[in-house]
Amino acid sequence: MKKRSLSVYIHLPFCAQKCLYCDFASGPAGKEEIAAYMRLLTKEIRSFEAISSLYRVETVFFGGGTPSFVAPFYISQILNQLRKQYEFSETPEITLEANPGTLDAEKLVTYRKAGVNRLSLGLQSIHESELKLLGRIHSYEDFLESYEMARQAGFTNINVDLMSALPKQTMGKWKKTLETVAALKPEHISAYSLSIEEGTPFYERYGEGRIGRLDLPGEELDRAMYHFTKEYLGSQGYRRYEFSNYAKKGFESRHNMTYWTLGDYVGFGQAAASYLQGRRFSNPAGKEEYPEASRTAYQRFRAMAPQSEKEAMEEYMFLGLRTARGVSREDFQKRFGKPFPKQYEKELLELYRQDLVEQAGGRIWLTDAGIDVSNIILARFLLD
Amino acid sequence: MTIPQDHIRNFSIIAHIDHGKSTLADRIIEQTGLLTAREMQEQILDNMDLERERGITIKAQAVRTIYKAKNGEEYILNLIDTPGHVDFNYEVSRSLAACDGALLVVDAAQGIEAQTLANVYLALDNDLEVIPVINKIDLPSADPDRVIEEIEDVIGLEAHDAPLISAKNGINIDQVLEAIVHKLPAPKGDPEKPLKALIFDSFYDSYRGVVVFFRVMDGRVRKDSRVKLMASGAAYDVVEVGTFGAGQLIPCEELSAGMVGYLTASIKNVKDTRVGDTITEAARPCEEALPGYKKVQSMVFCGMYPADGAKYPDLRDALERLQLNDASLTYEPETSVALGFGFRCGFLGRLHLEIIQERLEREYNLDLVTTAPSVVYKVHTLKGECIDLSNPTNMPDPTLIDYMEEPVVSAEIMVTTEFIGPIMKLCQERRGVYEGTEYIETTRALLKYTLPLNEIIYDFFDALKSRSRGYASLDYSLKGYVRSDLVKLDILINREEVDALSFIVHESTAYERGRKMCERLKEEIPRHLFEIPIQAAIGSKIIARETVKAVRKDVLAKCYGGDITRKKKLLEKQKEGKKRMRQIGNVEVPQKAFMSVLKLDQDD
Repeated sequence: MKKRSLSVYIHLPFCAQKCLYCDFASGPAGKEEIAAYMRLLTKEIRSFEAISSLYRVETVFFGGGTPSFVAPFYISQILNQLRKQYEFSETPEITLEANPGTLDAEKLVTYRKAGVNRLSLGLQSIHESELKLLGRIHSYEDFLESYEMARQAGFTNINVDLMSALPKQTMGKWKKTLETVAALKPEHISAYSLSIEEGTPFYERYGEGRIGRLDLPGEELDRAMYHFTKEYLGSQGYRRYEFSNYAKKGFESRHNMTYWTLGDYVGFGQAAASYLQGRRFSNPAGKEEYPEASRTAYQRFRAMAPQSEKEAMEEYMFLGLRTARGVSREDFQKRFGKPFPKQYEKELLELYRQDLVEQAGGRIWLTDAGIDVSNIILARFLLD
Repeated sequence: MTIPQDHIRNFSIIAHIDHGKSTLADRIIEQTGLLTAREMQEQILDNMDLERERGITIKAQAVRTIYKAKNGEEYILNLIDTPGHVDFNYEVSRSLAACDGALLVVDAAQGIEAQTLANVYLALDNDLEVIPVINKIDLPSADPDRVIEEIEDVIGLEAHDAPLISAKNGINIDQVLEAIVHKLPAPKGDPEKPLKALIFDSFYDSYRGVVVFFRVMDGRVRKDSRVKLMASGAAYDVVEVGTFGAGQLIPCEELSAGMVGYLTASIKNVKDTRVGDTITEAARPCEEALPGYKKVQSMVFCGMYPADGAKYPDLRDALERLQLNDASLTYEPETSVALGFGFRCGFLGRLHLEIIQERLEREYNLDLVTTAPSVVYKVHTLKGECIDLSNPTNMPDPTLIDYMEEPVVSAEIMVTTEFIGPIMKLCQERRGVYEGTEYIETTRALLKYTLPLNEIIYDFFDALKSRSRGYASLDYSLKGYVRSDLVKLDILINREEVDALSFIVHESTAYERGRKMCERLKEEIPRHLFEIPIQAAIGSKIIARETVKAVRKDVLAKCYGGDITRKKKLLEKQKEGKKRMRQIGNVEVPQKAFMSVLKLDQDD
């Protein structure tokens, strides 16, 4: 029997200090707490044993928090557990998020040995003032050191996270960040526009009405930065393959692509989300809720009804349209056994006329102008 | 138990809003032992939620209590509550006509207000004995001596032995009760004469039909009598008569001259029992009806549409039901290009409109879109016809119009002298014609203006309050129609005329209104993928323009860890938001934009 591809997400909700823009389930923790969490996490992974044989693991992603904050043997332990349960692809993509200042040569060697072959480094900015404003605890020099160490340890696939549209940021400063980082030639760059989300320290501090005090760049500058990013990174050999992700050829994150193309993925750990056999489920975000949630995850999955065809169609569209490849009628037909609903054709025609989507070779994707206003566009693919 | 006529007191309480009428009523009910304190809900007379929240009394109601006076005798006190707002002037006058006396409650700190005066005059017109009562004497700013003097000077009422009370704290309420018994007259009237009774209120009950509230002037009415309503001419067999408990009806055998009570007679609609009408015996009618009956006319109109077009039948049913209890509410179906099917509804005034709107939304769970309120204009065409125009959309082409008239009111504004300037300025801005000033005392004046009704139905009240730090009070009554230079202002969104946003204004204010309307709409209409011009026009002439810029950025950069639910929620919210919009051409206009005309002067 042919096994189905699976991506695995592991959430490690620990970090040295919460960043001001962060709305993920994470925070500082002591050794005891981390050890207890790991035990629960391992049990949760094990509880899915009954269906493990149906899958071959293609990608694993350790996210957080700061996964490099925990002792590296935990990473080995988890990967060992996964390998025990699942068949792995011959060329798996195994990513670990790390923050500068939390890495050392020994950790890196342990990661390599455990099978981690892709590092994602959170830099955000090369400017001291911007890092401070975001509540980051490292300097650009710390990053550089970590980056060099990772290369020396043999990592040949590195992503660097950057952020544009920061408070008080100018185009000049953003350019400088991009140029400096591109010169290091990482294989992959994620460049996000900052958004102030509810539940973040930023939001708490500035609240709804006071976000103006943050002195964020206006929409025009925000978009100019975004468009410049594509143009500049393009000139440096990076292609934008999703709204905020840029990669050298062949280094697009396979794990990310699973999300955008409705592939199966299972998430373990606090707040982790899964999409498995047409069922979307996730663990609650609260720390206190995880012990119970970790024990019941598999039962909850089994008890759940798969999503409706309507929901799947909607997701196929609004996730697929985030990627540069876009969606295709042929894929759609194959997946759902029927062509695009009339509503989609009608919306697409209108969007095409407004130059918000482009099409060629049977595929349809958003133009740059379309990406700028994508929330409005994607909402139209929710079915009545 | 029969109580002789001279042991009955029929009275009402006159007061300005917030001067403590309802609280005093509560205390009277409490201290006459009809209810224990535990059973007292705050403000028993106001039994609609809405009334309690707004702190005003909407519909007249009545309550009967038994008071054992200090002389050892028991008296029946019939307290007839009156609505406290200028919209309900006629109803107030009919409630007063059912009484023999009234308590005039005046705030010891604030003194007499325009509305107090108006209601006192109404009471005196109805030959009522009026006893002043000074309330809120416990307030630090209370100045009872000044207020007593004011009452004597301005109204000419003896006030030196007026009870000084605090209704809130229950101070000296017994003095009020004794005054009611000893200073207010007992009802007169001959029980042997043919029945003559005044209807002062009614409400619809789904079991009993219409319950009619009335005061017997002469004669008697009992179960199974056949009665006739003199204005409507309809005759009914009385099913039940009775008196008012607190919040309940207590049946009895008979009501005779001087008594206040209710009757039911399988009457289907409150419209058949108009306030002010006279009830008499079918077989032995009285010679003439009681004076003062008036058919109530709607003064303010607006379009009401269900936000969800499918709810049209629900809105129709709700209006029908509300009308059962409110004969002054009128409605008829109308259609708008922008809003679909709805109703043009008529009200006594702006407050009445708001109350109905809130009741529809709250009690009937309807989401409404309301268009700008309009008064009734008279359009004289070149053909010599005269058209009553209550919906701006129906205004004939200007080339066919000879001239137009608009309703004006006589307004009396009570204000402390320091605010005379700002208030006169306000009246001038609202096209008021100054008629005179009366100084009540050195620090207060009564300004008299003739004002166009359409200038006071939007936000005149609010403006009055804000420009006088809350001190000015207003009373007005319809004066008549005057010739006026009126134009229809149209609004174009993305070059399409939106009928539901058209309104009629005086030529001199058209430019300003148009500009503000465009500004307001610019705030209300969300940005689209394209630029949207918003224009105000008179005929084909554009007089104001604003632009809603196109969206530049609406994108969610990050979807973390495969958790797409938040993203989906965001998109769903976007889609949901779109559903609550009205499609005008290819522009989505939020429902509340249609109401934005109401708030034109908010930023002043």
